[in-house]
Amino acid sequence: MPEPLRLQGISASAGYAEGPLFNLDRGPARYTGKATAGEEKAALEAALAGATDRLATLIETADEEAAGILEFQLAMLEDEALTGPAFAAIPSGMPADMAWRQALDAEIAGYETSDQDYFRARAADMRDIRDRVLRALTEEQESAAPAGAILYGEDIAPTRFLETDWSAGGGIALRAGSTASHVAMLARSRGVPMVVGLGASPANPDGLALLDAEHGGIVLAPSKAEIETFRRSSSSFAARRDKADAYLARPAVTKAGTTVRVQVNIADPSEVDSIDIATCDGIGLMRTEFLFGKAPPDEETQYSCYRKVLEWAGDKPVTIRTVDAGGDKPVPAFTVEESNPFLGLRGIRLSLARPDVFRVQIRALLRAAVHGNLKVMFPMIAVSEEYQRAAALFAEEQAGLVARGVAQKMPPLGIMVEVPSVAIAPEAFADVAFFSIGSNDLTQYVMAAARDNAAVAHLNSVRHPAVLRLIAEVAAFGLRAKIPVSLCGDAGGDPAAIPALIEAGLRDLSVAPAQLAMAKATIADVAI
Amino acid sequence: MSAFAEATVLITHEVGLHARPSVKFTKLAKSFAAEVEIALAANGPWFDAKSIVKVMATRAPKGTMLHIRASGEAAAEAVGALAELVRRDFDEDAGHARTA
Repeated sequence: MPEPLRLQGISASAGYAEGPLFNLDRGPARYTGKATAGEEKAALEAALAGATDRLATLIETADEEAAGILEFQLAMLEDEALTGPAFAAIPSGMPADMAWRQALDAEIAGYETSDQDYFRARAADMRDIRDRVLRALTEEQESAAPAGAILYGEDIAPTRFLETDWSAGGGIALRAGSTASHVAMLARSRGVPMVVGLGASPANPDGLALLDAEHGGIVLAPSKAEIETFRRSSSSFAARRDKADAYLARPAVTKAGTTVRVQVNIADPSEVDSIDIATCDGIGLMRTEFLFGKAPPDEETQYSCYRKVLEWAGDKPVTIRTVDAGGDKPVPAFTVEESNPFLGLRGIRLSLARPDVFRVQIRALLRAAVHGNLKVMFPMIAVSEEYQRAAALFAEEQAGLVARGVAQKMPPLGIMVEVPSVAIAPEAFADVAFFSIGSNDLTQYVMAAARDNAAVAHLNSVRHPAVLRLIAEVAAFGLRAKIPVSLCGDAGGDPAAIPALIEAGLRDLSVAPAQLAMAKATIADVAI
Repeated sequence: MSAFAEATVLITHEVGLHARPSVKFTKLAKSFAAEVEIALAANGPWFDAKSIVKVMATRAPKGTMLHIRASGEAAAEAVGALAELVRRDFDEDAGHARTA
């Protein structure tokens, strides 16, 4: 009996699956070379025609979302710019399979090296196209996974997802993969549990596995006790999800009648297009790093993004965080290379070191403020002086806009509570407009355990008494000093952490849009 | 009769010229007999607007000024229709923008 093995990745689609592992990474069958270049060319033509037909058949029965993905693959297969290089290589003596693989691998490499997540994620579609034609060349039938299996491998092709019958359950566990892949999007909309980024893990495991895609983990060769615990978590998740939707439209209230404000976190203005403003109390955290993808953005670009979200929210608050670059979020031409970036020049430290960049963001925020209920917060504040300097820059830029006759408004300025110095001695910040606890960084700094390091993941818990005590003390200080306190880390949307956060005195949480319903349902069960 | 036309249009789609918009764009381009090309700068390089491989390879993100030019039969109509498709955000409703 092999030892149980627990692997940690990232959840791409929440849910639970218990079932046999099915290995996705079986190599393609061997291709038998032909006698002449003419026959090689004919073989490739026939394989392309076969692959095209199969895609066309799939499209007929696909829903709109899946059809969009398949039509992209079909258009690629029909494009001579894709197939041309393969045909061109055949006359020099290359067999059809090698010519095709070489042409597609060159194209795939272009996607894999893109600096945009979106285009990198398309590499999986291109590999799907490559392998579909290779299978047609070798006339290999893709073996179907047994019902309820957990598909396990390096990555998964979109067509493999679409050809799998998910009605009996099952899930997906990938060593690589991406939460932005087509399959991840399909998995979320179909409710198929999926975990990506499991990293180095056994190449060909088999037997029973437990996929916990609520927390992003998988257990291989589980023990009896693990199976029992897993089944309890799984049925609790199912029960919560079933009733969660009913809670979405209502305000969040505990069993005892305590009202909890629930706002949402967004990373990109387009996210609000799929959120009904009536279901949340505003935006508790709007990140601005997305704007800084390649280089610091200009004032107009920032202004229009901020304005879009403010207008969407109407009179509900929108809390925008000034750029939190550095740490695990590098920006070319802005952040600096450091040996220990999490303890280096990041967040407000970087903004104050680069006032040329910071002032542009400040002007965009002051101008956008007239279009709604804006609040602005600074990340990574450690000492009061940083807040004073940032606030002074706001005042200077406001005076400049007034002098030029530009419409503007000074928003309330608050701070993130994520550096332990602030959580331990919040009284140094009695003049800020609000506190927002960044539980991810606060936990990692208090526990000295990185959240992206599986080896120390067990230490990174917001529910450790040391972290909860700091949160409770900040909440109590806020109450005494009449400074509003909210929390915007991942813990706010984690059903396992929510009761402890409310017990610590928090009444204002901000969660990922996908967790909104579940968070409200969890709050309804809290006794306080 | 040979004609030439060109236009410049701002990509406002959140993800830019990505998979689904590229399919629509190349399909529309192929419906015209004229030779149609796109570029991210006025002085090129120019890419075949009927090839999805080439269109995707431009990696045109949101906020890019897309240059479109056509020569041959109904060149003006081709450029006009393609620019209009970009302006209409490729007929995608915003809710779908993130899922494609």
